[in-house]
Amino acid sequence: MSGAAFKIRLAALVRKEARQMLRDRANLLVGLLLPVVLILLFGYGLSFDVKNAPVALVMDSNSAAAREAVSGIGGSRYLVPVRVGSMAQAETLMRAGKVDAIVRVPIDFAEQQARGHAQIQLILNGIDSTTATTLEAYIGGALGTVALRRIDRGTGGADGAGGVSVVQRTWFNEAGISAWYLVPGLVALIMTLVGAFLTSLLIAREWERGTLEALFVTPVRPLELVLAKVAPYLVIGLIDLVMCIVAARILFEVPIRGSLLAILLSSMAYLIVSLLLGLFISGVTRNQFAASQMALLTSFMPAMMLSGFVFDLRNVPLAVKVVSQIVPATHFMGVIKSLFLAGTDWGMVLRGCAIMMGYSLVLLALTWRTVRKKLD
Amino acid sequence: MSDTPPSVVIEGLSKRFDGPDGKPFEAIGGISLSIRPGTLTAFVGPDGAGKTTLMRMMAGLLRPDGGRLQVLGIDLSVDPQEVQNRISYMPQRFGLYEDLSVQENLDLYADLHGVAADVRKERFARLLAMTDLARFTGRPAGKLSGGMKQKLGLACTLVRVPDLLLLDEPSVGVDPLSRRDLWEIIDQIIAAEGLSVIVSTAYMDEAEHCGHVFVLNQGKLLAEGSPAELRDRAKGLTHVVTPEPGVPARDLQARMIDAPDLVADAVPSGGQVRFICQPGCDTAALKSLLHGCDCQPRKEELEDAFMLLLHQNKGSEEGGAASPPPLASEAPVTEINGNGDGPVIAVRDLVRRFGDFTAVANTSFEVKRGEIFGLLGPNGAGKTTTFRMLCGLLPATSGELQVAGVNLRKARAAARARIGYVAQKFSLYSNLSVYENLDFFGGAYGLRGKARQDRVNEIIRQFDLDPDAQSGNLPLGYKQRLAMAAGLLHEPEILFLDEPTSGIDPLARRAFWRTITALSQAGVTVVVTTHFMEEAEYCDRIAIQDAGRLLALGTPREVRERSGITEGNMNEAFIAIVEQARAAGTNGREAA
Repeated sequence: MSGAAFKIRLAALVRKEARQMLRDRANLLVGLLLPVVLILLFGYGLSFDVKNAPVALVMDSNSAAAREAVSGIGGSRYLVPVRVGSMAQAETLMRAGKVDAIVRVPIDFAEQQARGHAQIQLILNGIDSTTATTLEAYIGGALGTVALRRIDRGTGGADGAGGVSVVQRTWFNEAGISAWYLVPGLVALIMTLVGAFLTSLLIAREWERGTLEALFVTPVRPLELVLAKVAPYLVIGLIDLVMCIVAARILFEVPIRGSLLAILLSSMAYLIVSLLLGLFISGVTRNQFAASQMALLTSFMPAMMLSGFVFDLRNVPLAVKVVSQIVPATHFMGVIKSLFLAGTDWGMVLRGCAIMMGYSLVLLALTWRTVRKKLD
Repeated sequence: MSDTPPSVVIEGLSKRFDGPDGKPFEAIGGISLSIRPGTLTAFVGPDGAGKTTLMRMMAGLLRPDGGRLQVLGIDLSVDPQEVQNRISYMPQRFGLYEDLSVQENLDLYADLHGVAADVRKERFARLLAMTDLARFTGRPAGKLSGGMKQKLGLACTLVRVPDLLLLDEPSVGVDPLSRRDLWEIIDQIIAAEGLSVIVSTAYMDEAEHCGHVFVLNQGKLLAEGSPAELRDRAKGLTHVVTPEPGVPARDLQARMIDAPDLVADAVPSGGQVRFICQPGCDTAALKSLLHGCDCQPRKEELEDAFMLLLHQNKGSEEGGAASPPPLASEAPVTEINGNGDGPVIAVRDLVRRFGDFTAVANTSFEVKRGEIFGLLGPNGAGKTTTFRMLCGLLPATSGELQVAGVNLRKARAAARARIGYVAQKFSLYSNLSVYENLDFFGGAYGLRGKARQDRVNEIIRQFDLDPDAQSGNLPLGYKQRLAMAAGLLHEPEILFLDEPTSGIDPLARRAFWRTITALSQAGVTVVVTTHFMEEAEYCDRIAIQDAGRLLALGTPREVRERSGITEGNMNEAFIAIVEQARAAGTNGREAA
């Protein structure tokens, strides 16, 4: 009897929440359109790749050997050589931000090379350290290729010192394409946004509009109120997840090496955590404005900064590391990235899901308390 | 009937809240009572009496700080859910889901209460017929008028037959017509289903209607009994006096209110003053106070007993809240730099449209210098729109608008310097002190240096305010006073007051009108909107608006005569006028 009544009430509440969600245009836009914007923004707009970077070339020596040595820069699709007459001119360009690096070939380059030990000066603009590091590798590579070619032709030093070569390799993201790295993380970011931000409005709105008071004095149970608010947004989250996977596959050609089932499972587990976090914030603040601010600060921002989405967590100070471990997104971020790029490691997936389950239960209990049918 | 257990038993119940100043105060201070089943029971009291707190505790929404509370034989501290399963409760602000339709709101509550499908169909049909909402089932609740929302709230509460029905001020903020409709629905339900109903109200005519009445004030139970038993407390003390010809009733009323030893309460009504003597007052002194005007006894009403109880209760307190009415002795406003006796406000063919919606249609009236002019109407009648145009806050779509001799459509700033405006919502800075607020507004009005200081100090004295008190922590009545003081700083010719008395208790309302009377005697023109129809009696002339149209204009007596209800009170006259106009409107539309 009570089970049947529970189902009727829950169905009624879910129907109500779904209707309210569908009639609230602004919320739907945030739930469905904002993820599209984020996918496009992060996929196309935010890129750590360096392409067509201008590099100033200062040729103090105009010998054939010198010209050959830097020819690789012109041949790279990542670099654009800008020939300048003097070092002073190059420095001016660097200060103005018109070039990202200076390559200087010394006046005695040919002699140095003949001695078997030639040096080329590379000056990088360290203001953007990420770009600088990438450029260093590119330019080094471009110069190295030429040296290798020389050795191939047998024109290298008599001692054959050119036989040494550095082979660089990056695993999982062999091409070093940042979309590969960002788009799986974006799944986590969007789950966070849809979850916490949208639901943060729900309970607060009912407090503000006074709708809870009448609802409390009915046979309705607090748990039913919470569950009914989660349900419709799970559907929205699922739609967003599918959009992310499709975009990852088709637009950005990110490999999906793990099983789709595992991706779905762990994403839903994380979505539930986000939804409950939003509801909890909503129930505590009882104010839509404060709740949405709180939701952004406590879920979206940490998911962006502290979860390993952009910044590698191995390099952060201990205090930040501890905080980052509290953020649920951190645990999901690792799982989803490895699912996309490395493959299915069921142990990792299940551990991640278990952590999410733990968060969900704690947040459910806390949220439950915020709608415990008391006004004081 | 007598051996059935009471539906509610309360013993020594108390509830404390934190006040705005951080100090706890007792919302309910040790109340004991029991309520018989099968009756219509009322909790009556002014705002802040503790009615809503009590209702919420009975609904299991607030936890008592002390005492025992049993509803339907169940201890609420043990099993609030069981009580909530069996009662229905309509909060003061019934939170309808505004984005859901009328039908969807009803369905939701029927599902939550587990109303069976076969019962539901017949029940909905009846509720929709009673509330007259059958035509609007598909409309979102947010698009209903205030009165219709309240009816829908009541219908949602009544989706099933509860063992006990709690209604917390069901008619608050609702216009007189909707108020009457709501009570018709409640009466029908009681007659058909023999419900036990507990209703809280600030309206005496509603309490008069109930079987048993509890009078609450400041968290205490003052009295209980049937309306007849309570009425008896004022027996022999109630009179009506007719002022000398040419003297406004409110001037005589003001004189009487100023003599609290003799007169417990006095209100103007239809050109006369209805008053209650203090029990055992000096008849000779009373006679001299009345200057020998014709004084007749009248039948006592519940309102009289209520006012008497409030006064007695106030007298027994330390007198903190019962400060004397301000401005009693002195005229607050200096000379009026007016020009002649022409109207200070002249409105001709005023129209205001919002898109294709006409908020105010072809309205014309004049207000004379020194008059108290009342603007009355149900919610959405166009009162606030008219008001805002008069104050220069909203441009008119067309028509002429002269205020204080200045054409408002051309020189709004010039007119604004000569008017004072007190908004309905407290619009002063809550975290500034009284002095700081007044000092700021003085500056905003262009007062400077010593002149500003003097003026601020003067007005603080006149309004009996504490300059160091933080504005946000003041009781509502004092906030109202402060707002009025701020509006009068620059000594305006006209003072505009928007719903100044909503939400303050009857004693504070008397004090407030006493201030208005004093202002008027000093020559200030006062324009006021109100939804308390009886307050129209303080006005020299009133205008009644409905759906943007001006329906009646004149003195309260003229308006009453026009309505055809000469014997009844202003409320009934108002209902009659609005209904006649609405009927004429529909006839006209059908003919066309």
